[in-house]
Amino acid sequence: MRFRAKIVDLACLNNFSRVINTISKLTKTCTLRLTVCKLYFILSDKVANGGASMWCELCQGNFFDEFQMEGVAAEHNEIYLELVPENLSRALKTAHSAKAVKIKLTNKHCPCLRVAVELPSLSSSSRIVTHDIPVGVIPRRIWNDFREPTMPDFDVSIYLPVLKIMKSVVERMKNLSNFIVIEANLSGEMNLKIETDLVSVTTHFKDLGNPPWASEDGCQSSAQGRNLESMAEARIDIKKLQQLLAGQQVNPTKALCNIMQRVKRRLKERQWSGDLTFLCLLSLLPSD
Amino acid sequence: MKCVIAGGNVKVLGRAVHSLSRIGDELYLEPTEKGLSLRAINSSRSAFASFLFAPLFFQLYEPGGPAPDTERFRCKVHMKSFLGVFRSLPSLDKSVGKCLILLKHRASRLVLQLHCKYGVTKTHNLAFQECERLQAVFDTQRCSSRLCAPARVLADAVVHFPPTLAEVTLGTGPGGKISLRNYVEDEAELSKTMVTELWLAEDEFQSVTVSPGSCITFCLKEFRGLLTFAETSNLLLTIHFDEPGRPVVFTLDDTVLEVHLVLATLSDLESSSLPPPTNGVSHLPTPADDFADDLESYMVALESSACEGATGGPPSPTFPLRTPRTAQSDPEEQEEEEDGAVPGTPPQKKFRSLFFGSVLTPGGPGLAPTQEVLAEDSDGEC
Repeated sequence: MRFRAKIVDLACLNNFSRVINTISKLTKTCTLRLTVCKLYFILSDKVANGGASMWCELCQGNFFDEFQMEGVAAEHNEIYLELVPENLSRALKTAHSAKAVKIKLTNKHCPCLRVAVELPSLSSSSRIVTHDIPVGVIPRRIWNDFREPTMPDFDVSIYLPVLKIMKSVVERMKNLSNFIVIEANLSGEMNLKIETDLVSVTTHFKDLGNPPWASEDGCQSSAQGRNLESMAEARIDIKKLQQLLAGQQVNPTKALCNIMQRVKRRLKERQWSGDLTFLCLLSLLPSD
Repeated sequence: MKCVIAGGNVKVLGRAVHSLSRIGDELYLEPTEKGLSLRAINSSRSAFASFLFAPLFFQLYEPGGPAPDTERFRCKVHMKSFLGVFRSLPSLDKSVGKCLILLKHRASRLVLQLHCKYGVTKTHNLAFQECERLQAVFDTQRCSSRLCAPARVLADAVVHFPPTLAEVTLGTGPGGKISLRNYVEDEAELSKTMVTELWLAEDEFQSVTVSPGSCITFCLKEFRGLLTFAETSNLLLTIHFDEPGRPVVFTLDDTVLEVHLVLATLSDLESSSLPPPTNGVSHLPTPADDFADDLESYMVALESSACEGATGGPPSPTFPLRTPRTAQSDPEEQEEEEDGAVPGTPPQKKFRSLFFGSVLTPGGPGLAPTQEVLAEDSDGEC
């Protein structure tokens, strides 16, 4: 089992750092899955009431100049590691002006991801800072726990408004209530609602647009034939939503929200190159 | 005492106070002929800092005292109160033209007066407490290793460590390289903590005189405070160190300012050979031994319980008390020492927190009649 990668381009490094920062804000530990072409950051908390799960897929070619991976076995050419994304985020934080960043999987006293940052210095040789991030190797028998979540049937799919605006609205609502209701319809309208004993506040968004879903078997069945005006609603923990929005440092081209009433709500974003997919599922809370 | 600081030096004073505030809760002021000395010490007595501002630093400097050989006035104030006057460094820069420090004995107040733009004068009257001299024992001449570099190099190095990191290990490696690594306390922690290490090449330093393979571990938090000060003043920082367990001394030198930061270092437990604490033995290690491996010679000296009234509390039972006999002051010692009894709690960490000397100057003025010195609690270290 071997892994080595190198980033030389500063823009790629910054993008990669931003993705890691976003993830580190969402969760304390997560799973890193390495394949020949992709990296995945997965959080698969059993999504109970109000929990969140996350799936982030990156195409390695967009970030790394060198990428060599040898999995646990020939037929299972993948590596699954458990790590604390905050450590990786910290290691990359001071690497803004780096000449190169190398990441390697090593096993000295324990399995570690060694991040070696080569920085320019006033002396003849460059300064090298190494960060040894302890990781846990996840055995093959539980790899099935980390499969990509399948897109469940959703009632409504809608593009989100500019995330900055949504974030500031949600932040202010957070002070008033613990739960927020997101409702949307197929006419491009979305409402963010909170309701307490003393006050109820609703923010209305219009003309958001609904993404066209290619009809696959059974995928869109609940959305077809749906009244365009009727709202599907989802009640979720406002803190989780705020965390998700606050952590976003990657500017997505499009952010979608799929609401499946009574079961799940999902937020999906695609970045400009189409090679970064970030999926976050927030499950609904039962209404009182 | 009366002194006036003008212009840009007010900000330097402010920065010095900020740096000292990272160390302890009380600011000790001591006006001498050599200048005004501001000092601080932390609660576990493992860090000591002193800023000595020469008379040239001031527009006006009158250390005060009616006669030259009378005991100089010394006092301590709450760090928070003093820091409050200099809290906002940018506004010090922009609006303060002059700062006056005046001691009003009769009113028992230390007056800090800031003369600002547009005729505004801010006067702060701080309560002070008289105290004995606070001085750490250290001799940079006897340290076997010395590194000298622009503060910037070290500040750039330290930035890679998380702000919450407690301890860092400085070591020497092959090819004259100097390494900095975060210190992880147990083996168990190693598998959970991220370890960051960086190497500095010899040519990044102005001078390097080290014994190969030496390394010391010290607290980063207090060091950062000094680094921030040093970086903004563009001064050369010199690090004097010796074996693990012996204090590390950081110095900054300038024509008008002399800064020392003394930090205890983690001792190498395998090689510690502490004599058992002696109880009631009236024997003081001879001055020549003070800097030998006998760590018992590093003792805590604080202001005598006389000046704190009876509120010092009973001495801690774990600290055996010794009555030292008067010893000749070591000519190599850089400072005079005075003793005080310390009812203190043993330090939490494994650090040798004790490097305060206990050598008495014969016939020194103002000594309390019973000189009691606490020996370090060697039991607590292992």
